[in-house]
Amino acid sequence: MSEIKVSGLSHVYSADTPFEKIAIKDVNVEIPHGQLVGLIGHTGSGKSTFIQHLNGLLVPTSGTVLVDSVNINGDKTATRDVRFKVGLVFQYPEYQLFEETVYADIAFGPKNMKLTETEIDERVREAAALVGVGEELFERSPLELSGGQKRRVAIAGVIAMRPGVLILDEPTAGLDPAGCKRILETICDYREKTGSTVVIVSHSMDDVARIADRLIVFNHGRIRFDGTPEEVFSNPKELSDIGLSVPAPTQIAAALRELGVRIEGSIYTNEQLLAALLKLKKEDERNA
Amino acid sequence: MSSIISIKNLHYTYPGDEFESLCGVDLEIEKGSFVAVLGHNGSGKSTLAKHLNAILTPTEGEVLVNGMSTGDEDKLLDIRRTVGMVFQNPDNQIVANVVEDDVAFAPENLGVEPKEIRKRVDNALKQVDMYEFRLHAPHLLSGGQKQRVAIAGVIAMEPEVIVLDEPTAMLDPKGRAEVIDTVTKLCREKGITVVLITHHMSECIGADRVIVMSSGKVIADDSPENVFSQVEFMKSEGLTVPATTELMFELNKNGWHLPLTALGVNECAKEIAKELK
Repeated sequence: MSEIKVSGLSHVYSADTPFEKIAIKDVNVEIPHGQLVGLIGHTGSGKSTFIQHLNGLLVPTSGTVLVDSVNINGDKTATRDVRFKVGLVFQYPEYQLFEETVYADIAFGPKNMKLTETEIDERVREAAALVGVGEELFERSPLELSGGQKRRVAIAGVIAMRPGVLILDEPTAGLDPAGCKRILETICDYREKTGSTVVIVSHSMDDVARIADRLIVFNHGRIRFDGTPEEVFSNPKELSDIGLSVPAPTQIAAALRELGVRIEGSIYTNEQLLAALLKLKKEDERNA
Repeated sequence: MSSIISIKNLHYTYPGDEFESLCGVDLEIEKGSFVAVLGHNGSGKSTLAKHLNAILTPTEGEVLVNGMSTGDEDKLLDIRRTVGMVFQNPDNQIVANVVEDDVAFAPENLGVEPKEIRKRVDNALKQVDMYEFRLHAPHLLSGGQKQRVAIAGVIAMEPEVIVLDEPTAMLDPKGRAEVIDTVTKLCREKGITVVLITHHMSECIGADRVIVMSSGKVIADDSPENVFSQVEFMKSEGLTVPATTELMFELNKNGWHLPLTALGVNECAKEIAKELK
């Protein structure tokens, strides 16, 4: 479990050159222990730049990032420590598998932490179990696995370091619906079992609506919305103006309201819409 | 309408594999149609796509493009001129430093006259709505823009068929809509045949036909309305249905009588409103 505090964070790429680009500007955000945060924004909105600051891969142009009250760019030790404390799973992490066996790939992170063989073994088995990679795959080459399996191995490699914060950049991109569902269940499960803080970058509004406690929306390098899914998805027009959408159930609810159907409350999952409609039908029948 | 692609008893085994990736596919793709192909990872849909312009050739059976067999090496160039491919990752498909050079790459390689290339490049960029970016550097564009440049590069070859293998997997919602709108327009207005491979059910709603693949076989082939109304069947295949169908399916379980064929958000809302009045 870890908490993050970001203050006045800005990052400028290629500063003082003709290609200078302000990627993020004056971002302030606090993420408490154990929260599951969905990070959304169109391509180029600054969300990937932002997450790379959370484990010290990028150094702020200005501002500070505190993880468990330690300034991660304060000194070398702090920067090294944060790499283990904040685990980052990149987009298409399966392209980063490189060891000869699944076991060795998952063990790579813990080995760098200078743990004993027994501890490493324990962590590899634990991480593999958490993501649903069976021990019968341990001696296989990661390259022989299916796309969904590869991705779960890559995620296991990061969680084997037992990071207090797990950050995933589009963990479901390119997977089929069953694969997406399994990855999202794995992430929710991981959070439940370990109490870790989780940040998911996603383009799928329907996914983040279902699982996140809180949504942070980036636009032009700044935070545009920050709140519960309910609060954020109550701004369909603004979201669509910045190239995003609201979940399909929210769209259907809006279309129904336009047709004069009295749907109450905020709707962002199919379950909520179903419940609201069944309730309306019951009332209709009672009145009839 | 006549078929532009005919697939007859297509079997394919990757070299070194024990199992067939495609085990007996028969399909006719009509000229000018918009066909979406669905299926879980490993179902054989990308393998099928790669047969449409002879990146792979059948182990058994035959694929005919405009009557030319993909197994006939003399016809390879003609086949690749007829069927253009767009892949998932836009960054892997861009070769030049300037957008218009990138689009010109394919016609240059086909030996097209410079004057004609200029015309084709301008046309192609206009069709994907990227003409104003013609002098930009591709790597500074958004994902959706890059993918549209990749599509322009294919259009500049003036193919009759465009095959897109998960072209939107790496894009944000806006980029996804741009790409789908672009290919829909190319199909409807220019008569280009489109074969779209995707995991996003919502992208299939506008197609003429949805083909579902599983274990190397075609297991469903019908209009989007008829395919998606088989909710339980789709779920058993590890696929989903659009949120609209899912909602109506659940309501029907509770005694409602909604037609599962109302796929669009507005059509779905209309049907639900009717039931409530």
